[in-house]
Amino acid sequence: MRKIKNNKTSRNPIIEIKNLGKTFHPKSGEVKALEGINLTVNQGDIYGIIGMSGAGKSTLVRCINLLEKPTDGNVFIDGQDISKLTEKELRTVRYSVGMIFQQFNLLMQRTAERNILFPLEIAGADKETAKKRAAELLELVGLPDKAKAYPSQLSGGQKQRIAIARALANNPKILLCDEATSALDPSTTKSILGLLKEINQKLGITIVIITHEMSVVEQICNHVAIIDNSQIAEDGPVESIFRNPKTEIAKKMIFSENEQGPVAMSRNCYRLVFDENSSSDSVMAKMVLETKCLVNVVHADMKDIDGMSFGQMVIQLPEDELTASRAINYLRSRQIGVEEVEIDG
Amino acid sequence: MDSTMTALIIQGTFETLYMTLVSTFIAYIIGLPVGVLLVTSDSEGIVPMRILNKVLDIIVNITRSIPFLILLIAVIPFTRLVVGTSIGSTATIVPLVIAAAPFIARLVESSIKEVDYGIIEASLSMGASPLQVVMKVMIPEAKPSLIIGAAIATTTILGYSAMAGIVGGGGLGDIAIRFGYYRYETGVMVITVVLLVLVVQIFQEIGMKIAQKADHRK
Repeated sequence: MRKIKNNKTSRNPIIEIKNLGKTFHPKSGEVKALEGINLTVNQGDIYGIIGMSGAGKSTLVRCINLLEKPTDGNVFIDGQDISKLTEKELRTVRYSVGMIFQQFNLLMQRTAERNILFPLEIAGADKETAKKRAAELLELVGLPDKAKAYPSQLSGGQKQRIAIARALANNPKILLCDEATSALDPSTTKSILGLLKEINQKLGITIVIITHEMSVVEQICNHVAIIDNSQIAEDGPVESIFRNPKTEIAKKMIFSENEQGPVAMSRNCYRLVFDENSSSDSVMAKMVLETKCLVNVVHADMKDIDGMSFGQMVIQLPEDELTASRAINYLRSRQIGVEEVEIDG
Repeated sequence: MDSTMTALIIQGTFETLYMTLVSTFIAYIIGLPVGVLLVTSDSEGIVPMRILNKVLDIIVNITRSIPFLILLIAVIPFTRLVVGTSIGSTATIVPLVIAAAPFIARLVESSIKEVDYGIIEASLSMGASPLQVVMKVMIPEAKPSLIIGAAIATTTILGYSAMAGIVGGGGLGDIAIRFGYYRYETGVMVITVVLLVLVVQIFQEIGMKIAQKADHRK
């Protein structure tokens, strides 16, 4: 196995969540939104938290800046337990944790520029410095000509850019993104994700992304946690989760990207995982030639994750066990991950 | 119509405007913060205060449920205490404020509640204090709706002020009752009604225009 030590993981933890739980008490009974959550986000990470709707991911991100007060556990930002702070101290911490939202949440009665000035006013920055900072940020998000525009005059992508500029105004260490691209079309999503990546690399801001779309994680995250049923099902570096998802939900999230994912429709289906070394080779063709085993390709795709190409394929092998095992052995000898796909239903 | 009557009607118009505008202004000084408090102290609000919320709610409901004509007469001793007399337009301001403040509180409450919670949440995420949320987010974001509310409040108070004519409250309502009703001077009645309608129209129009101009959502 190749050693893929991600240099980013060696950095210091900036967000640590320990044994976090959140229970809501609506009129009828109680709802456990989060239970026993433990996770660590390192400085410089782009950390994805992915889950189906209702899994508790939005509650989780709100626990990071205590917009939601956890019922159990602790949240540490830069080593400081923020669950123990007074309201006033907490507000100061929030200056250093920016947040953007699915619905942008811009102030509708303020121009783009005054939206960016808003957090600076709150933090008590002086007017001159604030104005300069707003101009800088408009430049950074690529909308210097929209300073005087009201949000209603901007497109969705432009609104999110202004929201990003606003979230960065007080030079935060962390940027939380709550489904920040879910209201945008695919090409706008791509450009917003590009901007986030740029911000992460240029300014060194740690980014936490909440999403239900695996493609978002794929495009920019280096680390991912999969949340299911109020708990973290699985977490780790993105490429290792993609290579070897252990839990059902992880497999489901990875495959559901492709509408008719490789849910085994028949017997003898195997999932193959390629990495950089093996994907460029014409392994499949060689396998067929060498083992005389005829395969049926059910599904195949190729992804670029965190700078590495990564492919997966689902093939159907013949009923004849001998031929099939020959093919499997051949593939394994070529360092390709092979795993049987269970039949659905 | 003789010149004394014309003078009387002009004076009455000014008295009506004076009562209405001064009462609206004072009622807003009370009603605006109460309306804001009703929203913020709600169990879902930014600073939940259950007991305060309940108390304000009850006071507002009680005052709102007393018909103005009865309130007008019932507060006469209090009016005397404050103004020194219970007759004339200045005296009428007292019951008008008492009746209008809770009404305005409700109008303000509903305007503020229209502000998208996402925007409030965003400002909290940036470290805004509750006072900053009120002053920089809730009120400015609700401004167009608050202005429309103010136009409604002003015209309602104008209607109430005319009712005060029954106890010698001054203004156009007083003239309508004394001349138009007690002395059967239909001409005077018609003129006062037309003037009242005109004033209401003007207030309403101005309110709508300002609200439209102030709104950047479209």
